[in-house]
Amino acid sequence: MKRINVLQPKALLKVFAVLVPLLLNGYGIAAASTEQLPSVSRNEVVAAPAVEAAHGAQAAPEEEKAGDVIMHHILNNRVFAFPPFGSVELPEIKVGGFDISITKHVVMLWVVSAILLVIFSIVGAKYKKMTPSQAPKGLVNAMEALVEFIRTDVAKANIGKEYEKYLTYLLTVFFFILLCNLMGLVPYGATATGNINVTLTLATFTFFLTQMAALKAHGIKGYLAHLTGGTHPALWIIMIPIEFIGLFTKPVALTIRLFANMTAGHIVILSLIFISFILKSYIVAVVMSVPFSIFIYLLELFVAFLQAFIFTMLSALFIGLASAHEGHDEHEAGVASH
Amino acid sequence: MLTSGVILLAGSLLSPEPGLIFWTAITFILVLLILKKIAWGPIITALQDREKGIQSSIDRAHQAKDESEAILRKNRELLSKADAEADRILREGKDYAEKLRADITEKAQSEAKKMIASAKDEIEQEKRRALDVLRNEVADLAVKGAEKIIKTALDADMQKKIVNSMIQDFSTKRN
Repeated sequence: MKRINVLQPKALLKVFAVLVPLLLNGYGIAAASTEQLPSVSRNEVVAAPAVEAAHGAQAAPEEEKAGDVIMHHILNNRVFAFPPFGSVELPEIKVGGFDISITKHVVMLWVVSAILLVIFSIVGAKYKKMTPSQAPKGLVNAMEALVEFIRTDVAKANIGKEYEKYLTYLLTVFFFILLCNLMGLVPYGATATGNINVTLTLATFTFFLTQMAALKAHGIKGYLAHLTGGTHPALWIIMIPIEFIGLFTKPVALTIRLFANMTAGHIVILSLIFISFILKSYIVAVVMSVPFSIFIYLLELFVAFLQAFIFTMLSALFIGLASAHEGHDEHEAGVASH
Repeated sequence: MLTSGVILLAGSLLSPEPGLIFWTAITFILVLLILKKIAWGPIITALQDREKGIQSSIDRAHQAKDESEAILRKNRELLSKADAEADRILREGKDYAEKLRADITEKAQSEAKKMIASAKDEIEQEKRRALDVLRNEVADLAVKGAEKIIKTALDADMQKKIVNSMIQDFSTKRN
């Protein structure tokens, strides 16, 4: 331990020796020395409007370019770009007036599907060969931990007895969203779940499953009675629209939660990186952009798992609540407690 | 500032894309169906099998434990029974041995007594026989003495004295 402590100052000196010329180079662009740095960057900020005024045509597009690049990264488009190597133009398909072009996010969905199919065909084949007395290992074990988690802690805990019917959906949606989220953190990847259309579609599946579970559990009569909120018929004119809107708030919340979480994380990372470009300073890049974007990246890694879990968890919860054979009051209490 | 403004103002973040919705639905349903066939089915079946296996193992273990406890209890009972049996046998053996010893001693004593008695009888008989023999001898001797006396001197008084003294001698000797 002591030897390491002795070595550390030397290592730090080396890092400084590498960094100082780099930083000086940065000041070189700003035409200033190390001591003058803070004032220089302040000057730059203060001077920005003046520069904009002076070179309006030049500065404005540059500032817009950062936003455009961020939006380009987040939004869907028909170009799959591999920055230094060029880009692939994706085909445009129109069927009966509907635009069903293959876009960047569609490609990512397919990549995710392919990875899922490859992983789970390997895992599934192992399970077909395995006897109950054998213990899983490696990839199979890793996947089993996740599958078992979704099965017991998400599906069984929230849905109850009839959880097996919904297990297929919950498992698929969990791994699908998880991998979509993670693909956004891979170079050249894009976050399909950062697109509201994708999350809306997935939430719609949950919505239909929830309604089917409610219909199956209570019958059409019970389902319609639920819409009146169990109140006096005089109040139905108020209650029915409220309960009807209430049906759609859950999937809309699912949609926006996933979409906003994934989009926000990417915007934060890209913005942090672009700060150094906008301020044109290496010191900002070294001190702020890189460490902070690494921090947000790690946070995103966590959020990728968290959001996949939350989407699955809430889907299971909604299905469980819809199929629960409980009174309306308990149902509301259950919602409130979560 | 301008960047965030651009992002906010760009309505395209929330713009609907029917094509993407279509592809998402198709892709997701296909993935769901394929995964159900190739993965979820076997995995869930295997998990349930393993759960059942573990449950049955636990049940079996409990059963085995109960059984072994029953066997242990039975063994203890048997052991205590065997102890009691051994005690009883030991006691009986001791009693028997005691009795046997007493019997043997008694028998030996009676035997000894019998033997002593028979020995005494024999001695008595022998004595009597010896006495008879002696008497005959004495009579013979007497007859011989008398013969001698008669041969040597026929003095009646003398002879009487002699015979008497002889008889007296014999009788004292005899006693």
